[in-house]
This record gives sequence, structure tokens and C-alpha cells, in this order.
Amino acid sequence: MTMQRTIIALTLAGFVAAFGAPAFAQDHDTPQPPRIKWSFSGPFGKFDEAQLQRGFKVFREVCANCHSLDMVAFRNLGDAGALGYSAAQVAAVAAEYKVKDTDDLGNPIERAGRPADHFPSPFANELAAKAQYGVPPPDMSVLAKARTYERGFPWFVFDLITQYQEQGPDYIAALLKGYEDPPKGFALPSGGHYNKYFPGHNIAMPPPLTAGQVTFDDGSPATVEQYAKDVAAFMVWAAEPHMMARKRIGFQVMIFLIVFAGLLYFTKKKVWSDVH
Amino acid sequence: MSGPSTYQPQNKVLQWIEKRLPIGGLIHSSFIAYPTPRNLNYWWTFGGILSFMLGVQIITGIVLTMHYTPHVDLAFKSVEASMRDVNYGWLLRYLHANGAAMFFLAVYIHMLRGIYYGSYKEPREVLWILGVIIYGLMMATGFMGYVLVWGQMSFWAATVITNLFSALPGIGEPIVSWLWGGYAVGNPTLNRFYSLHYLLPFVIAGAVVLHVWALHVTGQNNPAGIEPKSDKDTVPFTPYATVKDGFFMVCFCIVLAWFVFYIPNFLGHPDNYIPANPAVTPTHIVPEWYYLPFYAILRAIPDKLLGVGALGASIVVLAFLPWLDTSKVRSARYRPLFRQFFWLFVIVCVALGWLGTKPPEGLSVLLSRILTVYYFAFFLIILPLLGIFEKTKPLPNSISESVLGAKA
Amino acid sequence: MTTVSSAEHTRRDFLYIATGAVGAVGAAAALVPLIAQMNPDASTIAAGAPVEIDLAPIAEGQIIKVFWRSKPIFISHRTKKEIEEAQKVAVASLPDPESDNARVKQGHDQWLVVIGICTHLGCIPIAKQGEYDGWFCPCHGSQYDTSGRIRKGPAPKNLELPPYTFVSDNKIRIG
Repeated sequence: MTMQRTIIALTLAGFVAAFGAPAFAQDHDTPQPPRIKWSFSGPFGKFDEAQLQRGFKVFREVCANCHSLDMVAFRNLGDAGALGYSAAQVAAVAAEYKVKDTDDLGNPIERAGRPADHFPSPFANELAAKAQYGVPPPDMSVLAKARTYERGFPWFVFDLITQYQEQGPDYIAALLKGYEDPPKGFALPSGGHYNKYFPGHNIAMPPPLTAGQVTFDDGSPATVEQYAKDVAAFMVWAAEPHMMARKRIGFQVMIFLIVFAGLLYFTKKKVWSDVH
Repeated sequence: MSGPSTYQPQNKVLQWIEKRLPIGGLIHSSFIAYPTPRNLNYWWTFGGILSFMLGVQIITGIVLTMHYTPHVDLAFKSVEASMRDVNYGWLLRYLHANGAAMFFLAVYIHMLRGIYYGSYKEPREVLWILGVIIYGLMMATGFMGYVLVWGQMSFWAATVITNLFSALPGIGEPIVSWLWGGYAVGNPTLNRFYSLHYLLPFVIAGAVVLHVWALHVTGQNNPAGIEPKSDKDTVPFTPYATVKDGFFMVCFCIVLAWFVFYIPNFLGHPDNYIPANPAVTPTHIVPEWYYLPFYAILRAIPDKLLGVGALGASIVVLAFLPWLDTSKVRSARYRPLFRQFFWLFVIVCVALGWLGTKPPEGLSVLLSRILTVYYFAFFLIILPLLGIFEKTKPLPNSISESVLGAKA
Repeated sequence: MTTVSSAEHTRRDFLYIATGAVGAVGAAAALVPLIAQMNPDASTIAAGAPVEIDLAPIAEGQIIKVFWRSKPIFISHRTKKEIEEAQKVAVASLPDPESDNARVKQGHDQWLVVIGICTHLGCIPIAKQGEYDGWFCPCHGSQYDTSGRIRKGPAPKNLELPPYTFVSDNKIRIG
């Protein structure tokens, strides 16, 4: 037994030594995004309606100029566990958008949006989107789940237990604030922008946020820091609109399973009592 | 399935049916009266857990099919739409995706248990080989299911895995374009993967029936690795095994629920939330975690054909295990040397999995090679030799003695 | 085995029943999402929102077909003759007795709005055909009058009325 344990311990130690260190060395010029305390993290996490509304405002006034939000419908803004808009508010927001449709005679028209419509894309098609910055601005519907950063061993094992899964919004919030002048000797291709958190540092998106650009109705500070955080939260909601229902049902399922497992354990003990 | 049944239904209707189709007797002898060794530990509950998981995957899969569109332009969107708009769609999809991962977790535990306790040895060779076939079918099914999402990882996994066949000299290229139904992975590929992904689980279910049949012919192995000698050594399947399996199945469900409800995307790759783009390969592509050790073996070998060959061999070698392990003693409890090599093997598999996620450069290539050598040496050198040189501990006389001895 | 007291028995039975009951509740709960997923999804429900129809372009004597919740809706701009025909019928003699007044909105006699699905087996009747100047169903020969009431054939009921209101004299909202 002792020899067995020694083998395991030595192997694990060798492993950490071999890979723990290089994992960091490899990424050392791309810093890890700072961890933000999100209202929606953890097993009882909930979206902060005010934050989502602020994030939505940033999205509408800034991001939506280039980024689509294809998979989200206006009606979603009023869903349970979303921005907390009433049906009338949703209809009002939808009506502010122009949606492509055809009239009774088959002519293409633009009409006011309805709650059932999806957010219209800022560009006619992908090529048109690509023409502006060389790469098409990605759709923002699931971007918060499509972006991450390498946590490395052994951190990802801890994340399994602590349920840390907000790498996406952490990265996005950091990226939006991560624009800097390139360090000396960094050859930035023309049309590129230097971003501390972007892998390779050369990002096509120009710095999107400036202080004072968006005015919040609730008096939250009009800083890039605040914008970045709020829009990242909004993107998490857009990517995972049923998160609150998921966590709520999850808790109920957990309670049920633990009670059921407990009952089965005692039943098993009773059944087996005459064998042992 | 173990001989004629003594089952005699009381109910007149059941008696009438039983005379014409003795299904009641089959169920009774297979799942109620069937004798199981009394010393089975919780590692033996994974067979039941796997049957349960197969059921979960088939049911959630059939349901997801109702909302999925197998077309390159619509597949990604239909998956997202089902998560957003369909009632409980997010739950069904996360159950199916994480259920696949948990299915593999359970099958690996089940396989390692089989190796640890020598469950593949005479007379259970066919039982074991059927298991290897089921595992192969699972890998194919899991891979094709992953492609259906049609994200970046789906697309490039399809490209890379189908390209494995291009390593075959001469016939490789025609086989690959036959698999694709085109000049690259595209709509025909997606459609056929969809068809096969729906079909294969039922083939698995059929193979599971054979697996259980073979099991009920030979009876279960057990931690002592000796056959039951008398009624004292066994207990009836119901209620003893059923309640024990049920308890641990619910415990396993807690783990599943943890992933599904709290960290549903932990095991997935973020790039698969980017719609498939045939023009851009992700900078760093990796398979799902349950294929990683084999992926590391593939990349450890610098030659294309040999790499693919090693990948295939690393799975096929499992089927020969009953004859590669020459020891007469089944259970690792009584095989001190084997036990150490076994745990080293487990560590090597996990380590290969970790290496599978690393870019194939520098130290990780060297380590992958060393570990690949151990992987094959375990089966081809260590197991055959151990049977000759290992000094095993004395076996207990009977199962009941081993139970009571352990308690004393 | 030693003798087991009856209290012991009761406790054991209670445990078994409780375990079985909790398991049954869990199995039933697991069925909920499997059944609910087949109901219309959120996008379908949202697309079934009320629609507004402009009546101005519909000429007297013309019938148009619009869709609401994937169902065809007939909007008939009835002529004087058609209205008279519909009103003079003895209601009691009809297979599904209903007066024409009950089938149109007050003050809008000229507008008949019905769901264009035959109440027999779901086919779409053809307008201005049959013996009653209304609709004729090509599938099994049911005939409807100018008020969309069943007059002849296998259909048991009058053409159904969708929920709708007049937003203005020339505009209705269906749904």
C-alpha cells in the first residue's frame, strides 16, 4: 500500500511540476482577467435586473452598431428571470426597431418591430459585416459562452466544486477595458488595436467604450468600468436566458435526490441486515 | 436467462400469457431470482447505472430530435432555439450533453472495475468482448452526436476524425470522401451522422441485451474473484442488488444533476458555441474529455499511419485482454504486483488525457510517448509476464468466508 | 433470525413505503419536461399574437383569406343580398341553430369573419360555391351559407368565429 501511494504521489508531483509551471509560462504575456463578483454566480445566483437593463442600454447604444443578437427576440426581454420589463415596455422597445418584412404585394418593406421579432442585424449580410473591420463582428447571442481563458491545472478541478464558470464575462469585461498603447517592439499590423487581454493582442475591434458615452437612468457611474461590467452581464443573460430557472430547479432536484438517496440508503441497510 | 424458471403466476391472466409467452418467467429469473454474489461492492453498481444512462440518453435524444434540424444552415440555430424557446428545452439539451459525459465516466469506471477484478477471465471472455463492442459503439455515437451541434468544434472534430481514415494507404482518400458524401465535411455528412446517431443507440441497446444475457449465463464475478459455491455465497437479485443499485444510481444522479443544473458547460468547449465555419480552424482543437487519452496516443506518434494505427490498437487491444492476462487469479486483491501496475495504468490514462489537451510541443510530446509506451506495455508485456512471475496471495475458500473473514 | 417486534415491522414498512412514494414522485416529476416539451414553444406562442387587418381594400362581395395562428381566416365583405339571405332563414330549422346577428359584430353586418376550417374534418371550404352562396367543402360536400352556418352535409357545426374586435370601422384585430 505504501509503495502504491508513493508511486501515485510521485507521479502527481512530477505532473504538476512538468505542466503546472509551463502552463503559466506559456501565457505569461496574456494576463488572466481579474475575477469580478457577479450577482449570478454560484448555486443561488440571480441576475440583477437593473444591471441587465444598464447592459442592454450599452448594447443598444454602442455594441448594436456592429454586433447582431440574432437568437434573442424582443419578447425575451420580458421573460421571467430577464430584464423585468412589462409587456408594454417590451412592445415599446420592439417598436423602436425597424424590421425587414414584405407587404401584401410582395414588396420589401421595413416595419416597426413586434415582441415576437428577433433583434435585427446591423449588417445586410456577413460580407457586409466583414467589409468594415476585415473580420465580421461576431454575433453576441452566445458570445459569453463562446469566450473564455485558460484556467490551467489544477484550477479547473477547483472550478468543478466552486462552480466558477464566469470566465466568459470576466474575459469580456476585461477585454473591453484592456486597450492600451502597444509596448515597445510590438509590431501592430495596420487596422489592428492593442489589447492586453486578447490572445495575440492584435484585435480588430477598435476600443468601443469611452467614459460618459452612455447615460444610465439609475445614476450608475458613466465609466468604462461600469459599462464593461454591465454589458458583460447582459451578454451572460443573452447567452443563458433560463439560468435562473435552471438554478432554481437544480436546487429542488438536489434536495429531492439527497432525500431519495438517504431513504434508499436506509432501505438498503434494512434489506441487507439479514445478510451481514 | 439462467435455465428454466420456477416462476408460477397466481393471476389467471398472467398464467394464460405465461403458457404462451413465458416472459414473466424470463423477467423473474433474470431480474428477481437471479443469484448475485453477496460480496459485490459498489463498483458493481455501474452496470445498472450504465443501463439507466443509456435510457436517459435515448429518451432525451428522441425528444431533442423533435426540435432539431439537420441542415448546415439551421443545425446550430435549431439547437440554440430549442434551448431558448422549447419548454424545458435547456434541461433536455444539457441532460443529453452532460449525460453523454457521465455515461462515459460510468463506462470507464465499469471497465476499470472489470480489469481490477479480472472480470474478463474464463468463462467471461465473450461478456467482456461484448462490452468492448458496446464501448466502441458508444465512442462512435458520442462523436456523431457532438457533430450535430454544428459548432466550430463539431465541424473540425468531424473533419479530423474522418481524416483518420485517410491514413490508410491507397483506399484512404476514397473512403474519406465516401464518409463525407462530398469533397469536405458538409450537409451530406451532417445528415448521415444524424441518421446514424439516431440508429446506433438502439444497436447499443441490442448489444447490451447480449451483454446482460452473457452475464446471466456465467453469473457475476465478485471482489474475491472466485465462483459462488453454495447458496450461502449468493443473494437474490431482488431486493438485494436492486436496492443497492438503486441507491448508488441516485447518488450518481446527484453528480449528473450538479453538472446539468450548475455547471452545464464545464465539460464542453467554448468554441462549440461559435457556429461552424469551414474557413477557419480553431487555434487549438481538442476532442471531448472522454477521447483525450486516445487523442494523446495519436499525437504521440509522428507518423500519420502509425499514429492512427496506435489509436486503433489502443482500443482493439482491450478485446484481447482475456488472453493477454495470463494469471489464473482474477481479483487484484490477491495480486499485489498487478495492483500496483493497475493503479499506474489508471494514472497513465488520466495523464494521457491531460496531455491530450496540451499543444503537441516540447515536453508534452516526450511525455505522451513515454506514457503511450506504458499503455501498450501494460497490456502486451506486463500482463502476460505477471501471470508467470507474480506470487499471488492465497485465495479464500468461498465467498462467504471472504466476507466473514473481512469482518473478523 | 430472532423474533421481530411488530413495532419494528411497522417502522420497516413505513420506510419502504416512504422510499417507494418518493421514487414515484420523482418519476412523475421527470415526466413533466418530457411532456411539456411537446407543447407549442415560446416562439410559436409569440408568433400567435393578435394581428390587425385593414378592411378598406376589401370590395363588397369579396372574400379574403388571412392567417392567424396558422389558421385561415375568411373575411367576407357581404353584399346586401347575402346579408338578407343570412338573416331571413328560420334559425330553428338549422342544424346548428344560430342567428346571423350572433355571428357578426353589432353595426358591422357586412363583415363576416370566420375560421376557414370545415367543422367536419378540417378541410378548407371553397368560397361562393354550393346551394347557399356561402362555402362548399370539397372533401366531403358540406355546405355553408353566407353566415358560415352549416346547412347540408356531414359537418356538425357552423364555421367557428375567431376572437376579434373592431379597432375602427375599417380595421379589425384578430386574437
